[in-house]
Amino acid sequence: MSPVRELCEVLERRRVGAYQALTLVAPRIAEHARPGQFVHVLAGQDRSFPLRRPFSIHRVERPRAGLGAVEIVFDVVGAGTLALSRLRPHDVVDVLGPLGRPFTPPGAPTGCLLVGGGYGTAPLFFLATELRTRRCRVDFVVGAASAGRLLDAMEAKRLGHSLTVTTDDGSAGRRGLVTDLLPDLLARTGAGQLYACGPMPMLAAVSRVAAAAGVPCQVAVEEQMACGTGICFSCVLPLGPEEPTRMARSCLEGPVFDGTTIAWAELEPSR
Amino acid sequence: MTVDLSVDLCGVRLRTPVLAASGCFGFGREMAGWVDLAALGGVVTKSVSLEPRRGRPTPRMAETPSGMLNAIGLQNPGVEAFCAGDLEFLADAGATVVASLVGRSPEEFGRLAARLDGEPGLALVEVNLSCPNVEHRGEVFATDPAAAAEVVAAVRQATGTPMLAKLTADVTDLVAVARAVTDAGADGLTLINTLLGMAVDTRTRRPRLAAVTGGLSGPAIRPVAVRCVWQVAQALPGVPIVGTGGVVSAEDAAEFLLVGATAVAVGTGSFINPRAVVEVADGLERYLAAHGVGSPAELPALFKAER
Repeated sequence: MSPVRELCEVLERRRVGAYQALTLVAPRIAEHARPGQFVHVLAGQDRSFPLRRPFSIHRVERPRAGLGAVEIVFDVVGAGTLALSRLRPHDVVDVLGPLGRPFTPPGAPTGCLLVGGGYGTAPLFFLATELRTRRCRVDFVVGAASAGRLLDAMEAKRLGHSLTVTTDDGSAGRRGLVTDLLPDLLARTGAGQLYACGPMPMLAAVSRVAAAAGVPCQVAVEEQMACGTGICFSCVLPLGPEEPTRMARSCLEGPVFDGTTIAWAELEPSR
Repeated sequence: MTVDLSVDLCGVRLRTPVLAASGCFGFGREMAGWVDLAALGGVVTKSVSLEPRRGRPTPRMAETPSGMLNAIGLQNPGVEAFCAGDLEFLADAGATVVASLVGRSPEEFGRLAARLDGEPGLALVEVNLSCPNVEHRGEVFATDPAAAAEVVAAVRQATGTPMLAKLTADVTDLVAVARAVTDAGADGLTLINTLLGMAVDTRTRRPRLAAVTGGLSGPAIRPVAVRCVWQVAQALPGVPIVGTGGVVSAEDAAEFLLVGATAVAVGTGSFINPRAVVEVADGLERYLAAHGVGSPAELPALFKAER
């Protein structure tokens, strides 16, 4: 389905650990949304920060046709997310969606290892729900800088067969990076498919481990984005394997990519 | 009050005076699901070069107060792919197509114009003399009247298609550049391109764009753009001008038309609202009706320059 623009009433805003969750009434977006897709949200009418902000869809409610909501999770990092954090129920937000290519589920029931970093874990809950309806075993491994930066670990525990936690400072789970544990986890769970979302260095590392283990890996990237509709060419990523690589728009061809196709080495080391 | 929104731009009849600006509407086909391409005033394509260009590394974009910086670097598939794919798509969709041309020398511009000459569905060309996101400042031809005129003359020699020259406000004497390009054969002008800007991330102490500098667009630059249109319209009456720079609403478009623009182009506005080009035109129709004005072409005469 092609994406739509909906003026969405705020149903609920709540804190989820260090993050904010915003539930928006969006019947048309909710009806067609798939895990991995994103919505592009105009934070307000204040033109001093004019652009929309992209957020992956964390959760979808669609109790019946014509009634539906999507939930996003965000961290307050600037003027836009600050404005979003001040929204109250019944306020109206301008939203485009569902945008981008979703995660592709396995063709047959397969063990899936879901790897999330920080609030990048958001789309993996929606994905886990879908994978379970497809009778896939789901195991979670989530990481963050510290315990407070983990996104809703209890929900991951509820949805997954197992949950493994890592933090940079050791304040929860194992001290270290999610990728430190990946080879072991792949062997232990027998997963035949990896899905990952989080910071780019994490996605690069997950893709490398997956490639070495011969396990297919889909990653959802987060890129600087202006339009979300393919016209600004801001959110590009170098895609291989052909040389030279080509700059693909992550809003149209992504945000979900096969981890082996991204030319990670070409990405700016500064990020 | 019936309003006829159509305008004449360099001999081409546009359905409305509101176009999609170059670099802010992709190649048009991306937007086919959002708007009826045939209903727009026109689609100015992302700039096309002779050979494909890969563009700049990321980050390519940074939001700034009331605007944004970009350093896309003219990523495009090259003129052959453009003609075989995008141009054909736009023509089939019934769009009024303005092809934006970019090159590294007058000779390249000439070859590009010759390649596009006679392509079915092409209404106008816009010669991009002013993209700030190039390797060398010398490629910003519009900073020098003689260099700009040389490019325009090369295009004029290669094609009879009506031609707009897109200029930059990053000059001391814009009127001199405008005069040089119209004398060299440009039928009209597009004013303005993005302004060269820069922003720094104080946390990482790095530029926010990989290319360090980029082009500033959005409502932040609208007063500069309106001033440029006003100055050039005063100096060169009768030269059609497409005003662009921060148009996000009908009132913004009316500002440009009042100071002498024949049409406007919506740029960054389409990033915020994919239907902005349509909605600005619809709003302009209401504005004209409310003011008892039958045509956008009547607006410049209604401008009260004396405070």
